[in-house]
Amino acid sequence: MNKDQESGLGRRQFLASAATAGAASVVAATTGSAAVAAGPEPVKAAAAEGDPAEAPRLGGIPGSDFMIDVIKSLDIKYAPSNCASSFRGLHESMIDYGRNVMPEYLNCMHEESAVGMAHGYFKIAGKPLMSMVHGTVGLQHASMAIYNAWCDRVPVIIVAGNDLDAAYRPPWVPTLHSAQDVNGIVRDYTKWDDTPVSLQHFAQSFVRAYKIAMTPPYAPVSISLDAGLQQEPMNDHRGKITIPRYVPTSPPAGDSGAIKEAARLLAEARNPVILVDRVARTQEGIPLLIQLAELLQAKVVDYGSRMNFPSMHYLRAGPGAVADADVIVGMELTDFWGAVNSFTDNGEHGGVGVQSSRIKPGTKLISISSVELLTKSNYQDFQRFQPVDIQMAADAQATLLPLIEAVKSALTASSKTTIEARGRAARPANEQYLARLKQMAALGWDASPISTARLAMETYAAVKDLDWSCVSAESPFFQWPETLWPMEKHYQWIGRSGGFGIGYGIAASVGAALANKEHGRFSVSFQADGDLMYAPGVLWTAAHHKIPLLSVMHNNRGYHQELMHVQRIAAFRNRKVNNGPDMGPVGTSIMNPDIEYHKLAESMGWWAKGPIKNPAQLAPALKEAVAVVRSGQPALLNVWTQPR
Amino acid sequence: MNTMPNALRLSVTAAALGLLALAPDSARAQSPEKGLAAYMSQGCWQCHGTVGQGGAGTKIAPGPMPLNAMAAFLRNTNGRMPPYKKAILSDAELADIHAYLESIPRARDYKTIPALNP
Repeated sequence: MNKDQESGLGRRQFLASAATAGAASVVAATTGSAAVAAGPEPVKAAAAEGDPAEAPRLGGIPGSDFMIDVIKSLDIKYAPSNCASSFRGLHESMIDYGRNVMPEYLNCMHEESAVGMAHGYFKIAGKPLMSMVHGTVGLQHASMAIYNAWCDRVPVIIVAGNDLDAAYRPPWVPTLHSAQDVNGIVRDYTKWDDTPVSLQHFAQSFVRAYKIAMTPPYAPVSISLDAGLQQEPMNDHRGKITIPRYVPTSPPAGDSGAIKEAARLLAEARNPVILVDRVARTQEGIPLLIQLAELLQAKVVDYGSRMNFPSMHYLRAGPGAVADADVIVGMELTDFWGAVNSFTDNGEHGGVGVQSSRIKPGTKLISISSVELLTKSNYQDFQRFQPVDIQMAADAQATLLPLIEAVKSALTASSKTTIEARGRAARPANEQYLARLKQMAALGWDASPISTARLAMETYAAVKDLDWSCVSAESPFFQWPETLWPMEKHYQWIGRSGGFGIGYGIAASVGAALANKEHGRFSVSFQADGDLMYAPGVLWTAAHHKIPLLSVMHNNRGYHQELMHVQRIAAFRNRKVNNGPDMGPVGTSIMNPDIEYHKLAESMGWWAKGPIKNPAQLAPALKEAVAVVRSGQPALLNVWTQPR
Repeated sequence: MNTMPNALRLSVTAAALGLLALAPDSARAQSPEKGLAAYMSQGCWQCHGTVGQGGAGTKIAPGPMPLNAMAAFLRNTNGRMPPYKKAILSDAELADIHAYLESIPRARDYKTIPALNP
């Protein structure tokens, strides 16, 4: 506690000068019980003098300047935020004292967009951003995006402004926007949070938050930042408080005994299959996974939450590959149960639906997942329980190298012969798999609305000669880029939202495009119509900050997943569904009127064109849009598409 | 998902047992135009695409399964796809939808499409 606080001065006298009404009680409180008993007299005195006492919140070196020093020590490049009074002190220090670099304030129009941008940025840059949000309402706005980041194992540092001190916080709106425990809003889906009460405490909390967020499994963290602490001078602390040194924590690798046993099972397997979802945290993870797969000549099923394995590699296989496996190793899977079981949502079995195994009895299952180290109770992102034979609570990328070495040691002459035979069979099988996929893509090629396969492949044709990065394709049913675009580099595919909270697509695309801009890469996204309308203000943010991005809309004019749900439920109930004036069940279509997304984008500074309904017009429009994006401007094509 | 093989088995079995109920309408001329309208209004396009190419649901055109098999499947399926009973979809509409699916031309060979051969 500093001297001002000890003496009862400081914030109290500042508030006396800020608002007469507010000062009434505040000044009374500063003068002790006698003054309180005297009623309004001190207020009159202060007002009459017209000379407010020293306002320590404004004097000396602001505490928030020191906070900027702490933040700068961690190499945080941007702070996408929506401005708010509860972090005004830190905001001002960032743009003036900190000269608006490292971090640079990014002007966002919704906290969900700000956190979504940080989410997308990390998956390209590998570095977290901080987002300042207004507690309570700002954090409530941000909460879905934080949940997406949690489910997608992405670190984001949330700084939630909060007027904690009830005695001194401004009345009315700031009080409505304050909370006793603002971090509690997101505690179920953040890895750690804190409420620092001094500047030294802030320094420790912020560095600790960064360190925890950046230790696999990555996850968001939240720091509640008292408005008073930001604004108080740090004179009394000068020379006494320090910024802790950040040292990265090494990721947790698998236990040597478990690795040895897993290697033995894999080496002896007749048909091992590798399932991956978020294995490659960095580019370095990809060649390690290739090495393991080729060592075993094992098929790899990539569920695509990251770019883990080259899409055109001859060992790449579809999810059905598990049916013939005798050993399956799942690495950083979102849903191991779903990978080895099927579920049919048809209301059978007392409403539970049909559940059946996809794998043969006796198939050995191995799991390597860091998420085992970070399970909370309330939100069900841990999915259904799947018993396995070997379970490693470990980071898969960090475990790959020792696993490869252990497999090499476990191989015998006999197993090498089996492995070579698998490899010979894998190449023609993969060629047939790709040919089937391409023939499926040819179906409806000339249809209008435009087929999703044509949307994907015409776009690829337009960007394939550039250093491209596909930064969003949010629908889980839109898998043409993952399956038919040749992908080898980590940044060429960054997966989806994680939590499937809608509104991620446009925000994460803009954030990822910002990270790609630093490398001169070309960013392209497939933008769903419903997703865009949750918080379209991020379009303005992209234009304002000159973030080049090609957004190709997958505009099927509806919340199509829900549209199909209602249609199915009606049919199961033997009812003809009520479409009203639309093409889908009432409440699921986005038509009548059709939203002119190209005009929406234009109004916020984007180059845009549409609606494009004729497939012959798609390639020329893409050519124009690519040229615009290469000039440094964001561009959007509003393309009417088939539903899926 | 592994539901379609079961559904196909069901349709084949139903056809073999002579359980189909399309005979009263079999003399009626089927209309691809009416079939397209029914295909859209009944929501078939939602999962199968406007030309039957598939999407969330399976590919059903070009080259749809025979009418009787399709009818048996539609009336009795209980997989991912719900059944469509006569109260929702009449035999006449079903036959028209089949005619529409049959009218959809074969897809181009992917090898002739430059964008599919980058």
